Amino acid sequence: MIDTGQNLRGRAVLLLLLAPAVLWLLLTIILPHADLAMVSIRERVAPREYVTSLAQYRTFFTEPLYWHVFVRTALVSAVSTLITLLIAFPVAWTIAKIAQGRKATLLFLVCLIPFWVSETVRTLGWMILLRESGVLPALLVKLGIAAAPPELLYHDATILVGLVYTSLLFMVVPLVNSLETLDNSLIEAAYDLGAGAFSVLRDIVIPHAAPGITAGCIVVFMLTLGNYLTPNLLGGTSSQWFTEQIYNQFITRFNWEQGAAFGFLLLGLSTTIVWLGLKASGQRFADVMRRA
Amino acid sequence: MIPSLPSSRWIRATNAIYLAVFLVFLFLPLLTVAVFAFNDAPYPAPPWHGFTLDWFLGNEATGRVGLFHDEELLGSILTSAVVAVWVTALSVIVGTTNAFLMERAKFPGRQALSMMMLVPLVIPGVILGISILAFASRLADFADSTFGLDIEFLRPGLPLVVAGQFSYIAAIATLTVSARLKRFDHTLEEAALNLGASRTAVLWHITLPYLRPAMVGSAVIAFLMSFENFNTTLMLVGADTPLTILMYGRMREGATPVLNAVSLFLMVASAVLALSLMRRGKQTDR
Repeated sequence: MIDTGQNLRGRAVLLLLLAPAVLWLLLTIILPHADLAMVSIRERVAPREYVTSLAQYRTFFTEPLYWHVFVRTALVSAVSTLITLLIAFPVAWTIAKIAQGRKATLLFLVCLIPFWVSETVRTLGWMILLRESGVLPALLVKLGIAAAPPELLYHDATILVGLVYTSLLFMVVPLVNSLETLDNSLIEAAYDLGAGAFSVLRDIVIPHAAPGITAGCIVVFMLTLGNYLTPNLLGGTSSQWFTEQIYNQFITRFNWEQGAAFGFLLLGLSTTIVWLGLKASGQRFADVMRRA
Repeated sequence: MIPSLPSSRWIRATNAIYLAVFLVFLFLPLLTVAVFAFNDAPYPAPPWHGFTLDWFLGNEATGRVGLFHDEELLGSILTSAVVAVWVTALSVIVGTTNAFLMERAKFPGRQALSMMMLVPLVIPGVILGISILAFASRLADFADSTFGLDIEFLRPGLPLVVAGQFSYIAAIATLTVSARLKRFDHTLEEAALNLGASRTAVLWHITLPYLRPAMVGSAVIAFLMSFENFNTTLMLVGADTPLTILMYGRMREGATPVLNAVSLFLMVASAVLALSLMRRGKQTDR
């Protein structure tokens, strides 16, 4: 009845296909994170002598600098995500609803191009534009708006500009995808029934685009939270970004225990926000990732 | 709001202005970088001192070291390229076997595994970096203390950079290749089998050629993502510095326009890659 040859062969193929997947996830994700967790719950009591303790996490809560930076990173990321949504929405609307045919495709393409270029290059551009000897301060002096060239780098607003700029693509793409499926006749019907632009937006467009909005916000928040380059270069020493704390502990101070605990706190925050976003919009994780 | 509804001239004008401002915002940084690659001054800053190619062609003798004579920069481009080739090869191979595993095989735990494959995408890059750093050095310490072996590739350096980037780029390749395999028409394989083709022949002559566009596409994306990666690389880098890390170091110190020159080179290279990929995409869609 059972063709054992076929069965054996099927099993061999299955094992052959499983091996790369298991090796990949086990060696680069699961074991390293298990190890990181173990490092984060140990405390060095003497050279090469460790005990299990929550000391690293306690330090985080008792040292105001650490949790201030943590809360600040979360808040700035949230504000940055909101601004990104507000800036990207009209553009996505134009691409999905107003521009027609080739024009829409071209506009979409134009929006994608800057993001094929490395973040390092884009940040270099902002530095040349904004620093004291840069293009915009010189322009302000020339136009008589400022007497001396102002330093536009190293402010919180500068960090926001850089973060929003880096995030735009990840917001525009899911928004366009969700707005494209909105049937125009719904908007026309609402308009014929006397609805204004605001109530069309509130009662028709936003409920329909909610999955795209959530997907965009989740991805943008996550990437912003984990960003290092933009806050570091545009914010300078005053950037106070949590990934910098992780870097400092791990690489500069060689305090891996503390750095590992910080890593898990950041991972915890990021995971919580993703989970809340999914709960709030009733979506599945896999769908959101595919959308993005 | 939408073209089929009447809207005032004022609204349409606002929309057009908004779009124009948005596009300026989008391209201003890139344009600035490109323009100052040709400024005849030791720093990438205004005012404009005239056109020069020094930052591409200059050498020690002219006093300005241009891109083509900056050994350190050229070396880092090569380092990045070597890393990217490894990451691309590994990611496309694993992405393809994963696609077959998820779309064709039935086994217990399949759902959990498919969820697990998306996890690397939601872990911040910095954390991917430190976790691999910690794990690798634990293995290295273990090998050292137990067997007296010094395993070089487990210490910060390019092999760890490859591992770190591969950890999440493989997830992207998996998604891309799976999406295409899902749309595959099974009757093509059945027809070939009915006509007497072996399973290997079917795979080689029917299924893999069908997957080719997705494999090429994910290879291009993997290469670019690896070449441009910063967060994960920063944590795992050793003595050999990839381009993004070198540029970051120089940007902090205040660099000459040679960085603009290398940036312009990167822009052109990624634009060419992106456009050729989109062209291919269009051709295979038809």
